[in-house]
Amino acid sequence: MTPTWCESFGWFDAYDRMEQTWIGEVIRESLWLFPGIEAVHLLGLAMLGGSVLVVDLRLLGLGLTRLTTRQVSANAKPWFIGALVLMFATGIPLFLSEAIKCCFNHSFEVKIAALALGIVFTFGVRNPLAARSDAPVWVARVVGLVSLGLWFTVAGAGRWIGFSG
Amino acid sequence: MTDISPYEPSLIHSFALWLDSHAWSTALHESLWVYPLVESTHVLTVMLFVGMLAMVDLRMLGVAFRETPVSEMTRRVLPWSVAGFVIMMATGVVLFYAIPVRTAHSVWFRVKVILLIVAAINAWWFHRRVSLDRDRWDSQPKPPFNVRLTAAISLGCWTGVIVFGRMIAYNWFDCERSQSAFIAWAAGCAAELDS
Repeated sequence: MTPTWCESFGWFDAYDRMEQTWIGEVIRESLWLFPGIEAVHLLGLAMLGGSVLVVDLRLLGLGLTRLTTRQVSANAKPWFIGALVLMFATGIPLFLSEAIKCCFNHSFEVKIAALALGIVFTFGVRNPLAARSDAPVWVARVVGLVSLGLWFTVAGAGRWIGFSG
Repeated sequence: MTDISPYEPSLIHSFALWLDSHAWSTALHESLWVYPLVESTHVLTVMLFVGMLAMVDLRMLGVAFRETPVSEMTRRVLPWSVAGFVIMMATGVVLFYAIPVRTAHSVWFRVKVILLIVAAINAWWFHRRVSLDRDRWDSQPKPPFNVRLTAAISLGCWTGVIVFGRMIAYNWFDCERSQSAFIAWAAGCAAELDS
């Protein structure tokens, strides 16, 4: 296997320190905390999925086609942001409890890369595009597909962290 | 044991044992890629199934898409959720088939199934009763109480299904560990020990 970025760039010490934080300790010492936080993380995934899909499907010309892309995007936005906050609030503690494992985990770095791209793309490209009424249909479709691809990659790679040791 | 009171293994247990005897069940459970892929599909479909359903429920609660008629949401968003549900059931059946005995005796799984049944009754009640006078409240930003109640029950049930579904992976209440009488009863552990 090729080394992870964490290995290549020598981030191990930083990850090690994050694993030693009290939050990480508390979660590792508890039987229930990791599964409990993980379950809430999954609830956030459902919410994130709904708020992302409803907009991306509309950009693809599916779903709520009687509404403008702007209307769909505006209605979904608070739920998307809420879901994102919930994901970070649960995801960061989960990471702190097993940071060293994540340092050597390719799924984790794929997830984080897709997550960063997803956030930049959503707020920098997709939402501004959805707010316009003059975007060419093919551009809207490509943007919808890219957004779907990014967020499903985040979710899929996230699930795979657990399978890839 | 059997000479005191002959014990009939439960139907659920016999069925799970029968599934477990299939070569395909073992092959799935032991597969390096298929099981994790089916499991991941099951988890990711929560975005489509519960995510889209939540959009409809939130509309019915009057907290999202308030300017959009409820009928527009059920007509244009709900079918996506139903498609997600089909994928959920299909992958869920495969996951059960791969690990039938342990799953059938999982307290988490048993509560999850009960919540699924409650969600189904709630959906049936909505279509059969609550939505009868939909024209009256279809365009109201905040629909009447009984509409909001069904939406809240739906969200509550699916929240529980996700949480309990995730917990199936943990072995705290497995029959082969020593359990309290209540857990042993709820999990149907006796049937497992007896056969």
